[in-house]
Amino acid sequence: MSTITRSAQGPAATGWDVARIRQDFPALHQEIHGKPLVYLDNAATTQKPQVVIDALSAYYTRDNANVHRGVHLLSERATDAYESARRRIQRHLNAASHREIVFVRQATEAINLVAASFGRMAVGAGDEIVISAIEHHANIVPWQMLCEEKGARLKVVPVDDRGDLIMDEYAGLLGPRTRLVAITQVSNALGTITPIEEIIRLAHRENIPVLVDGAQAAPHQAVDVRALDCDFFVFSGHKTYGPTGIGVLYGKETWLERMPPYQGGGDMIKMVTFEKTIYNDLPYKFEAGTPHIAGAIGLATALDYLDGLGLDRIAAWEHELLEYGTELLQAVPGVRLIGTARRKAAVLSFVLDGIHPHDVGTILDHEGVAVRAGHHCAMPVMDRFGVPATVRASLGLYNTPAELDTLATAVHTAREIIGG
Amino acid sequence: MSELRELYQQVILDHNRKPRNFRVLEDANRTADGYNPLCGDQIKLYLAVEDGVIKDAAFQGKGCAISKASASMMTAGVIGKRVDEAEALFQRVHAMLTAAPSPGDTAGEGLGKLAVFSGVREFPSRVKCAVLPWHTLRAALSGAAEPVSTE
Repeated sequence: MSTITRSAQGPAATGWDVARIRQDFPALHQEIHGKPLVYLDNAATTQKPQVVIDALSAYYTRDNANVHRGVHLLSERATDAYESARRRIQRHLNAASHREIVFVRQATEAINLVAASFGRMAVGAGDEIVISAIEHHANIVPWQMLCEEKGARLKVVPVDDRGDLIMDEYAGLLGPRTRLVAITQVSNALGTITPIEEIIRLAHRENIPVLVDGAQAAPHQAVDVRALDCDFFVFSGHKTYGPTGIGVLYGKETWLERMPPYQGGGDMIKMVTFEKTIYNDLPYKFEAGTPHIAGAIGLATALDYLDGLGLDRIAAWEHELLEYGTELLQAVPGVRLIGTARRKAAVLSFVLDGIHPHDVGTILDHEGVAVRAGHHCAMPVMDRFGVPATVRASLGLYNTPAELDTLATAVHTAREIIGG
Repeated sequence: MSELRELYQQVILDHNRKPRNFRVLEDANRTADGYNPLCGDQIKLYLAVEDGVIKDAAFQGKGCAISKASASMMTAGVIGKRVDEAEALFQRVHAMLTAAPSPGDTAGEGLGKLAVFSGVREFPSRVKCAVLPWHTLRAALSGAAEPVSTE
């Protein structure tokens, strides 16, 4: 029923042993409504390799203690593991110093931290923050809240019909009142890969710092914050094959030094009296309270895993899957892809003529296919493309061409049942 | 597949394709907005209530097949009913949609055509779609100013 053309061989890959790699992910091997799970919701969260699950278990089984305060051996072991994780992440991002790596809950909290702290320091009435029309709510709402509090204004880079940012307009939005540019590297709803190098270059020409939302980039490509020269870079552990509840803020030390603390509490101080508190050094100034120690260790383990496979090879595999999936879906009558940017990550967002995405999602689920059906926390994107919602299949390193065949077949089934 | 057919019965698909009372009601004296932030379903409900009786009902909006069919059949079902009868109907439909299914249960009994929605119970993520128009009805009848949300 579907147009299965190449899947018998798979894309002409790269020596990517996907069958072996899938063995690393226990959650993939289960049935949903009696069908093998086809997990295509990786932009929401990724499944975890066994090594990550084992790292969490090993930490709680052997090393659990609080960090940075014990004189006992267990606390030293926990502190070592936690700080080693920080240095692992520093290496992964090619940051200049471990002092530039702040652990947070996820990309959302990292952006809120910058909005609260950098915003308090550098944004005033009449100032401007520049974001884009394809941001996740996490990179919209914190800036709106800041603008409301300070009497500042939010400027939005528009997007064209393919889902590419209109760069001429971007250049025109940068001005003497622009205090920060906050833009995603990869759109979660459309898959657009933005020209982030150019975005940073143009902003820096006007001495404007740039925050890069890397939540959807980090799982799919190598990131070098020094090559990018971004001022802030944020990502989430759980979208990067690591645990939930842990994320990273990278910030240039020159900024982090000047910025006030985000939250107050233990660990972020050197000395407290009722008259005055002396804040701790970086990065601890931004890490109040006991952190998610196991999460940091799990994330470092996930990055080891990804580097073992090779992020360039992951990107190549996912790109082949994207091309194959695009071809398959375009052959289904009534399918319209939303987001056809020139450079795209492995996201297939689409609508089906006359059938609401929510109905498609339910029918796909019954075929074992897990997708997201909704607005993807990017309601302005949905408005821009004139749809209430889309069906989104987002691919990961363990997906296969055969799974995309199952997706296409299930979309046919949805058409049969609802009959658009 | 049989569960899916149970969910997407012909009568639901028919109301999805050709929703009844899908229009703006010019002489409405009660309106309410309903919204499901999870999937973006939006409904605006119009009622013309006179002497405690729902003389007319209509809706506008966008949504999935379940929410659209539910709004369509609900408006058809409440026209001509007294406000207290509509409230009682809300209670019974709500009970049908949210009760745990059990063998030989009678949740849909006596609800007539509305019983086709009993299959929705098997799809927990879709119950909100079917319930949204009914919550919006309740808000319209009670004169609530805030949009109804399923979250």
